[in-house]
Amino acid sequence: MAKIVAGIGSSHVPSIGRAYDQQKQTDPAWQPLFDGYEPVKRWLAEEVKADVVILVYNDHGTEFFLDRYPTFALGVADQYRVADEGYGRRPLPDFPGDADFSEHLANALVADEFDLTLCQEMELDHGFLTAMPLLWAHDEDQWPVKVVPLLTNVIQHPIPSGRRCYKLGQAIRRAVESYPEDLRVVVVGTGGLSHQLNGERFGWINEAWDREWLQRIQDEPEALADLSHKEVMTAAGAEGGEMIMWLTMRGAMAPQVREVHQFYYAPMTTGIGLLALEDDAGAQDAG
Amino acid sequence: MSDNQDRWGIPGTYVFDLRLSRRGYAINKMCHSLRLAENRDLYLADEEAYMTRFGLDDEQKQAVRERDWLRLTQLGGNLFFFLKLGATLGHGLYPIGAQMRGESLEDFMKTRNVPGAT
Repeated sequence: MAKIVAGIGSSHVPSIGRAYDQQKQTDPAWQPLFDGYEPVKRWLAEEVKADVVILVYNDHGTEFFLDRYPTFALGVADQYRVADEGYGRRPLPDFPGDADFSEHLANALVADEFDLTLCQEMELDHGFLTAMPLLWAHDEDQWPVKVVPLLTNVIQHPIPSGRRCYKLGQAIRRAVESYPEDLRVVVVGTGGLSHQLNGERFGWINEAWDREWLQRIQDEPEALADLSHKEVMTAAGAEGGEMIMWLTMRGAMAPQVREVHQFYYAPMTTGIGLLALEDDAGAQDAG
Repeated sequence: MSDNQDRWGIPGTYVFDLRLSRRGYAINKMCHSLRLAENRDLYLADEEAYMTRFGLDDEQKQAVRERDWLRLTQLGGNLFFFLKLGATLGHGLYPIGAQMRGESLEDFMKTRNVPGAT
């Protein structure tokens, strides 16, 4: 049986990708960020040893246009290409998919009343790409894990509620656990934390909110799932509203979780958060 | 306050909802096309013709000519799309943001925790 072995929350920010590609790992402004991811990268490689990563992200006007915008879209292919977002393609390998596992997820989730758009082709932009090389080492043409991209509309309102994203995560857990093959699955929720990129309030960051979010998503995710978009966007900035994608990850974890690592850094225009969780087996046994 | 700000009630913020998306559809469609390198070349060769081809109205064309990103936002442009126009023109996120705040880039950078992390 497949099982979820870790949940990761991680911001996605284009400048991190540029810093990575330009090898700024020891640049004083960037070193804290790369050092902050290192313990999680090590944990994933040495202990978690994932086979497949379900990564929840949003596209940024790259692969999906507004002519027909899906609320949720799931990749069901064997391969996903790295997109050109306007600056040229990043020097990262394309990603291997797991079409059989995707097909199972699609069947299970649609049967569970999540009516997803299913994609045989999906080019991936920084929403997907940012976290991957910070969490998994790759060489020139290969990744050590297969991926299943799960797109969420967080750019054109109406966007799904936090509650809906949380429930989708719960459905993903049920779907994973009904897959007969012994796959080790990691769910990554990306986006946020606080940031605003439009209007006179451009550059808004709310560190207190972000730090609270990193704790509350562990202890009381249901309360976060009940926040309105206006409440989240007022506190965390308009584009910070995308933090609901972390709730999909959290919904896929056990009710009680254990924090493996937490990191926060807000150098420029985004509160960059990283959270690594695993199910709290002790709490489950006790319950 | 703009009409969009009145609807959402968040000052200094233009929530990209269906009404704003409808208003800015031509801008965003044009910007989306600039993910392709050959279209970036076409744009730079003749900006006016490119804008006309995508059906921008006069106000939208003027905002593009003036590189007035705040105005473009008010007219329905979405930053994630018009960053591709910025990339084509050599305008990065931070100058665009500073302009929307009504600040010089230098003043904007002074408000950041680690201005070297760009």
